[in-house]
Amino acid sequence: MEKFGFKISKTRVIDFDQNDKSVAEFIYTNEPSFRLCIECGGCSATCTAGNFIPFSLRELQILLKRGETEKVKDNIEKCMLCGKCSLVCPRGVNTRNIIELAKRAFKTPELHAV
Amino acid sequence: MITGNVVVVGGGVAGMEVAGQLARSGCMVSLIEKESSAGGHIKEWHHLFPDRRNSMEVTDYLARQINHDNITLLTGTTIARMGYGKKVFTVDTENGKSISADAVVVATGFDLFRSERKEEYGYGIYDNVITSADLEVMFRNGEIKLTDGRRPEKIGIVHCVGSRDEKVGNIYCSKLCCITAVKQAMELKEHLSDARVYCFYMDMRMGGALYEETYRESQEKYGINFIRGKVSEVGETIDHKLIIKVEDTLVGRPLRMELDMIVLMAGMEMSKGGEQMAQIFGLKTGENRFFAAADHHYGSNESNVEALFFAGSCTAPMNITETISHARAAAAEVICYLRKAER
Ligand code: SF4
Ligand code: SF4
Ligand code: SF4
Repeated sequence: MEKFGFKISKTRVIDFDQNDKSVAEFIYTNEPSFRLCIECGGCSATCTAGNFIPFSLRELQILLKRGETEKVKDNIEKCMLCGKCSLVCPRGVNTRNIIELAKRAFKTPELHAV
Repeated sequence: MITGNVVVVGGGVAGMEVAGQLARSGCMVSLIEKESSAGGHIKEWHHLFPDRRNSMEVTDYLARQINHDNITLLTGTTIARMGYGKKVFTVDTENGKSISADAVVVATGFDLFRSERKEEYGYGIYDNVITSADLEVMFRNGEIKLTDGRRPEKIGIVHCVGSRDEKVGNIYCSKLCCITAVKQAMELKEHLSDARVYCFYMDMRMGGALYEETYRESQEKYGINFIRGKVSEVGETIDHKLIIKVEDTLVGRPLRMELDMIVLMAGMEMSKGGEQMAQIFGLKTGENRFFAAADHHYGSNESNVEALFFAGSCTAPMNITETISHARAAAAEVICYLRKAER
C-alpha cells in the first residue's frame, strides 16, 4: 500500500531542531543588535553588492538564525564592507559588525562550535 | 450637576469632545486653541477610514459639542505660564489673559512627522513626492494631478515614514498610517480608475475595527498591489520619472520601479505644543516623547500632577474613535475629581 504523510524532500525543509545555530549564537553574544532585525530589506535594497550579484544581507541574517549556515559561508564574502546598509537600517542593527563576526566565526569554528 | 472651572488645552478632536462633555455636566470651560479655529488635524482630512465617510460629519458633530453657553473658545491663544497652589491653577496666556481653574485637561494632540526630514525619500526635493496629508488636500479639491498637470498612471505609497525608524528617533508605530495607506489607495483608484497603485510596507498593521476587511476590499475590488520591503531611497530618472529602490523581501531580490507619484505615509509625533506644556509644568513624557499617563491600564487620563488630566493623542497615536472615547474618559475623571473636591 502507498504510504502518505509527512514525507517531504529533506532539502526543502528547514530542519530547525537539527540545524547548527552556533554561528548565530556567537553573533548574538558579541553583537546583541543582531536580534533587532525585522527583515525589512532596507539594507539589501541599498547594498552596493546586492544590486549586481545575488547577495542579500537581510537573507543572510535570517539564514544564520535558522542554522542554514552552508548557504551563508561563501556568500558573505561578497560584502564589500562599504557600510551603506547601516545607514538605512531602521532598527539600528550594527550590520558591519555582524558581517565581520560571521566571517570570523566561519574562519575559526572553535570560537563557537559546540 | 457639578460646578468648577476647567481649562482645556487644545481644540482638536479630544479637546472639543472633553469640553462638550464637561460643559454639559455643569462645568465652566475655557477651551484654548493655538490656531485661528478649533478642529485640529481632521479639518484638513477629506475622508476618514475605515468607512471613507466625509470628515465634515465628524467636525460638524464636534462643533455642536462645543456650541454651549458654558464654553469659552479662545482661539489664536497659547499658554505662557501655569501655576498650581491651594487647589487652583492659574493659567496665563501669551496674549495677557489670566484664567483660574480647578482642573486642567491637556489635549495637545500630535504633529505630523515632517517628511523632509527623511531626506532619502525626496520630499521637497522631487516634484510629485507628496505626503498623505497633501493627498487629502487633493482629494478635497477633487483632482489628482502631477505638478505638470498630467494624471498619474503609476503611484507608489510608502508606509512607515517617520515611524518605526530609529534613524529619525521614532521607534514606535504610528498605528494609523497602514489603514490610511489602504484607504488612500482605494480612493486613488476611484479618482483614476486606470492607475496602478503599489503599497510598500514592512508589516500590514490592521488591528482596528474593520481594518482587515478594508485591506481585503482594497485587493478584491480595487486591485491594490502590496510589496513587502522598506523603501531605501527615491530617485529621479533623466526624464523626470520617480524611481523607487526596495528589496522585495518575499522574493528575496532588489526591486526597482518607476513611478509618476509617491505618497509618503507621515507618522505622528508628540506635538510641539505638548512638549512646551511638558516643560512649563514638569509633565512626565515617555520614551516616545508623548505624555506618560499615570497608569498604562487604568489611569490613562491621569498625569503626575494633581487635577491635571490628559485626553487623546497627546498620550499616544490614536484614531478618532479612540480619541473621542479617551476624551470622554478624561471628562469622567475630571468630574470625579471635582466631586471629591466638593465634599
Ligand atoms: S557593507 Fe556589505 S552588506 Fe552592507 S551595503 Fe556594503 S556591501 Fe552591502
Ligand atoms: S535594514 Fe536592518 S532591520 Fe532591515 S533587514 Fe536590514 S538589518 Fe534587518
Ligand atoms: S501603522 Fe503601518 S505604516 Fe504606520 S507606522 Fe505602523 S506599520 Fe508603519
